[in-house]
Amino acid sequence: MNRRNQKGWNRLALAFASGNRLAGLVSISLLVSGLATATPLAVKIGVIRMAHSKETLSLLDVPADNEFLAGAMLGVADDNSNGRFTGQTYTLDDIELKPGGNVAAAYASLAGKGDRLIVADLPAAQLLTLSDLAKKDGALIFNAGASDDRLRQQDCRANIIHAAPSRSMLTDALTQYLMWKRWTRWLLVRGSHKADQALAQAYRNSARKFGAKIVGELLYKDTGGSRRSDSGSVQVQQQIPVLTQNTPTYDVMIAADESEVFGGYLPYRTWDPRPVAGSAGLMPTVWDGEYEQWGAVQLQNRFQAMFKRTMDARDYLAWMSARMIGEAVTRTGQTTPEGLRAYLISPKFDFAAFKSESVSVRSWDQQVRQPILLSDGRSLVSVSPQRGYLNPNSDLDTLGVDQPESKCKL
Amino acid sequence: MKNGKLVALVLAGLLTAMSGSGSHAAMAYVSNERGDSVSVINTDAMKVVKTIQVGQRPRGIAASPDGAFIYVCLGDDNSIAVIDTKTMSVIGALPSGKDPEHLAVTPDGSTIYTSNENDSAASYIDVKSKKVLGTVSLGEEPEGVAVSADGKLVAVTSEGSSLIHIIDNSSHKLLASVLVGARPRYAAFRASGGELWATSEAGGTVSVIDLKTDKVLQTIGFAVPGITAGLIQPVGINFTPDGTKAYVSLSRANRVAVIDVKSRQVKKYILVGQRVWHGDFTPDGKYFLCANGVSNDVTVIDVASGRALKSISVGAAPWGVAIPPK
Repeated sequence: MNRRNQKGWNRLALAFASGNRLAGLVSISLLVSGLATATPLAVKIGVIRMAHSKETLSLLDVPADNEFLAGAMLGVADDNSNGRFTGQTYTLDDIELKPGGNVAAAYASLAGKGDRLIVADLPAAQLLTLSDLAKKDGALIFNAGASDDRLRQQDCRANIIHAAPSRSMLTDALTQYLMWKRWTRWLLVRGSHKADQALAQAYRNSARKFGAKIVGELLYKDTGGSRRSDSGSVQVQQQIPVLTQNTPTYDVMIAADESEVFGGYLPYRTWDPRPVAGSAGLMPTVWDGEYEQWGAVQLQNRFQAMFKRTMDARDYLAWMSARMIGEAVTRTGQTTPEGLRAYLISPKFDFAAFKSESVSVRSWDQQVRQPILLSDGRSLVSVSPQRGYLNPNSDLDTLGVDQPESKCKL
Repeated sequence: MKNGKLVALVLAGLLTAMSGSGSHAAMAYVSNERGDSVSVINTDAMKVVKTIQVGQRPRGIAASPDGAFIYVCLGDDNSIAVIDTKTMSVIGALPSGKDPEHLAVTPDGSTIYTSNENDSAASYIDVKSKKVLGTVSLGEEPEGVAVSADGKLVAVTSEGSSLIHIIDNSSHKLLASVLVGARPRYAAFRASGGELWATSEAGGTVSVIDLKTDKVLQTIGFAVPGITAGLIQPVGINFTPDGTKAYVSLSRANRVAVIDVKSRQVKKYILVGQRVWHGDFTPDGKYFLCANGVSNDVTVIDVASGRALKSISVGAAPWGVAIPPK
């Protein structure tokens, strides 16, 4: 029996270190079988992340300094843990930018280190800048931050794979559940910032798509000073009922408040006793601290052990991006961005991301198709797609823009 | 006193049926993950005869080769409960390392291998001295554990790494790591040797691994009419005692698939309860009992006809089944 042992890898490393490349290669082919890769591969991953506001409505939601990076670190640790057996090593370079920071300088620094696989948490405009810069090096970007639908539509780019769900995927996921609950009459409360407008539009589209009715819309203007630091619980108690009175009859209030100005203030304070969903109350997300199904508790445990805090959605998307890279390298034995991209957008790619179904990538807009959790922040309420929403390709494609409606030209 | 004798006989019969001792029926032990218990089913009567409180989060369950003991992984107690099959009660515990999920016993009954999910390792435990003798470092989230019929090889599936690790039982060294479909949950050696079959939950496949070359010989897929591919999630796998068929539990598809081992073709899908995980055959090969994690019951399948005969309610979130030889 031609059996190998684990020490083989040490021998392998030595063979390379001594410059005996040929000997190394020969022994590898004996060492590894049943694996796609035949040579130990060094994979370099770069992270560019722009700091998020610490002025959240709840103290519990203030992002940690290593938010996002921690997820990427765990993803790389997992990749390395697998790589011990499949013959790869992964390293991570990280650049954190202040809001409005210089993406070009950050990218130049990563490119200088030879990073051609970039995991990014950037706003849409900066992400597109990064995409343009990365083009000349043939680098591949994993968008693990921006949810803008335009990045998957008219502004889609061949060198961006979207790990982050689009706004329309999130709003479709919530809408399917509300339809199942028959809470079909919505009062939409939207914020005054650009991102809030985009989110409100995604809710309007989802309502139309699945048959909910928006019976009224309210605008919550950000006049400043409504945040936690003002400790305005007394004011909030007065303001929200006034804002939400004299409305048409509705079943559920939908908050479109991506900018975190008022959403968290709506539950229990509405004029009519109604549930809140969207940016507060029942929220669509990719990950939350309470989520433990489908083996997720194992990822939660690993994260907690490493960073002594709870994994959040941004950490998860960075983790998923790093793991997608590892998965593609393991399966293809390649490290080139073009080789990995070709595999990731092919039907062969299939990754268990601790969800009800494995995730894959839509070839037409390079969006990761994935189940969406619906959580109240304390317990998992449901996971969409809901039963009965069907699609000839994958029920996951009932969330977000499907191929026939796509405006993306890669 | 003819009547008196009859009464005495009937009474004795009832007593043995209730206690299980001396009964000729095979007993199925079902771990209930959320019930913290093991349900004991008399497979003649097809009834639960006892519920044993075992400890926190029981999942992997297996019988000692002589049928004297049932071992149950207690994930949240970091130990393995030992049940005496004569008395159907817990008589002690074995150490297991942290968070044991699955276990397998070597054919000589001396050693138990268990997967330690959070530590990326498998522990091997000496049954006699009740000591963890050592651990083998593996990929992420080791889960399924199996020992070959000749006792030479141990297989551990690593869910997070999509690897099947093959370990030498005498040296405890890792011999090979074979890449399979996403999220391998469990593996079973063919009794005749030569092949290991492993399920991939997220990949939706069964990989047939050649143990001479450690290469995947074939990947078997599934198709259930009316169920999208993403919901077909193979978890448990067992070969029939005669080795001709493999029964694969398809979790969210609520089906058990029957594969002809020789042709590697899926012959049948049997509708069972919700979220079917693991199962076991009665020693005579007549019945297959599988645990349905969401519907809190066990489905009894008649192997000859390939039909589900009965559902038996058990504890909360039934996970695994072990039926010791009589």
